[in-house]
Amino acid sequence: MRVALFITCIGDTVAPEVGRSTVAVLERLGHEVVFPPEQTCCGQMHINSGYRAEADALGERFLAVFDGCEVIVSPSSSCVGTMRELHPQLHGRLFELSELLVAKLGVSDVGASFPHRVVYHPTCHSLRVTKVGDAPLALLRAVGGLELVELPDARECCGFGGTFAIKNSETSTAMVVDKCAAIASTGASVVTAVDSSCLLQIGGRLQREGSSVRAMHLAEILAQTDSG
Amino acid sequence: MSGARGSVGRPFPMAAREALGDAQLRANLANATHTIREKRDRVVAEVADWQQLREAGAAIKADVLANLDAYLLEFEAAVTAAGGHVHWAPDAAAANQVVLDVARAHEVTELVKVKSLTTDEIGLNAALAAGGVHALETDLAELILQLDGDWSSHILVPAIHRNRTEIRDLFRATIGPPSLSDDPGELAEAARLYLRERFLSARMAVSGANFGVADSGTVCVVESEGNGRMCTTLPPVLVSILGIEKLVPTFSDLEVFLQLLPRSSTGERMNPYTSLWTGVTPGDGPQEFHVVLLDAGRTRVLADEVGRQALHCIRCSACLNVCPVYSRTGGHAYGSIYPGPIGAILTPQLYGIEHAPTLPFASSLCGACYEVCPVMIDIPSVLVDLRAKAVAAAAKPQERAAFRALSWIFGSRRRFAAAARLGRVGQWLLVREGRIMHLPPPLSGWTRSRDLRPLAGETFRDWWARRR
Repeated sequence: MRVALFITCIGDTVAPEVGRSTVAVLERLGHEVVFPPEQTCCGQMHINSGYRAEADALGERFLAVFDGCEVIVSPSSSCVGTMRELHPQLHGRLFELSELLVAKLGVSDVGASFPHRVVYHPTCHSLRVTKVGDAPLALLRAVGGLELVELPDARECCGFGGTFAIKNSETSTAMVVDKCAAIASTGASVVTAVDSSCLLQIGGRLQREGSSVRAMHLAEILAQTDSG
Repeated sequence: MSGARGSVGRPFPMAAREALGDAQLRANLANATHTIREKRDRVVAEVADWQQLREAGAAIKADVLANLDAYLLEFEAAVTAAGGHVHWAPDAAAANQVVLDVARAHEVTELVKVKSLTTDEIGLNAALAAGGVHALETDLAELILQLDGDWSSHILVPAIHRNRTEIRDLFRATIGPPSLSDDPGELAEAARLYLRERFLSARMAVSGANFGVADSGTVCVVESEGNGRMCTTLPPVLVSILGIEKLVPTFSDLEVFLQLLPRSSTGERMNPYTSLWTGVTPGDGPQEFHVVLLDAGRTRVLADEVGRQALHCIRCSACLNVCPVYSRTGGHAYGSIYPGPIGAILTPQLYGIEHAPTLPFASSLCGACYEVCPVMIDIPSVLVDLRAKAVAAAAKPQERAAFRALSWIFGSRRRFAAAARLGRVGQWLLVREGRIMHLPPPLSGWTRSRDLRPLAGETFRDWWARRR
């Protein structure tokens, strides 16, 4: 299948390893990945911050850039969910990565190997907007050597929320401190999720606390194989 | 402090910071919200058609709002036919004046009150006090707050921020014997003894209402302690204040809401007391009955296509208990009698966005509120809509310039790629050992408590181009 990759602004500039991993997984499964080069940002940050006119323009731009792409994938549930909500015509065309693999392609074993104890944080948008369901868990359970442990109060928000993390810094911090304590209580060495933005928040806090737990996107785990 | 809330000027982030620093408050809140949350989840799971019930609740409320003019007139006619008096109050002052006039007509200087958010919203107690009438709160938590000059921090559990040692000390100093312990049974008994005398001697009562039934003129109050039943049956004069959105079309519509409300609010299958009364019944209950229909901003909310769904609210408080923000900051940070997610969309709409411009931003948009709302208010969408209104109303030239610049950069891939290159070069000043630990304001809001990942050495698109 030919799949167009929407990398997202954060995925392009801050966490490019997530995009590289997404490409690796899809190509390993025999799919062709294309990258429409005009793409930039979907405008979610502008909408959620109250700048609707700017967001609308970016949304229209997104639709034009991906016009003609039958299947679009993005390793960001938040951007996917927002774009589908705003542009219902994207339903059935735009997928979050785990959703594409499990629901659309019917694959849960992608041939990955990752012998570590891992805890999964279901991000709010993946749960309640994009509704990826158990797809990420199905993928993680099929990873060779991976020990999946349960996260207490998993459905609690990590406190990212875009500009919320800055405008309501103290509240956001109180939330991520609790999230990191829950992660630490599991004894996992890796925390994973399907949103790089939430992982910036969780990973940034873990690093500040001097924790040895690593924050990794699901795509990165799925890209790991025995042969490295 | 019983005045109307909602126009308090303190920005949410500032008020929240103070609340977050109070370890006792944090512990009380975490404990209480998690307990109610679990109870609610358990009893909701028992109802096989819960989603259909929510849909029915939302549909009935949408119908009421779409035909409110007709339902209000129907309700007025039914109340009048049953021997009640209906008053139309365009604002808080008009509603308060009705109550004061009734009290004066009966030469009443003290009246008893059922717990009512609407009367808190309009600052009834303060208005009555200014007119020489004392309004005694008879709900246990409201009584505690009134005795202490404090105010509600939760829709359902107004004193959620207080613990029983504090309450023992307060009762010892006010209504209870000096030997009072902090045993909950003893504390409740002290309040009971104090209140019972007042119920029996009161000549007037004031209530809010959970529902008003348009076709019968029936008013409904749902409660747990029995104080509401005392107030609505013992005193000879009763005044009930209803926000105009509180109507349901028919008596049988109550079936939907009386299932949704207790399970969502207290996590009970059924609340202990449901009082329903229709006008005046000779020889039974109050012999003079007034209804005040309150607008106070509601018609303005009704005119807003996105925001009007806030008027669906049945004040269950499920959204407060699941909210990751509320459960850490508590209600006072919201500066309104309506706190939490529902308060963040009701307060700016009822009082005007300029009076509460920071509330729509007091959310991570996690969506937990929408998931539990028994009448399916899409709170995150209303918050986002209100954010646009807040931005339009406020002059924030720097933020506006930053977002415009960002959208200009995102408007072209060349500008985007160039900005990424520029940022990569510029950030060398800030990056230490692969992370950014200090940034200037407002971005310091991030780096005060979290490291920030720097821009990557090679963007994805550069890698992609190199690879092909």
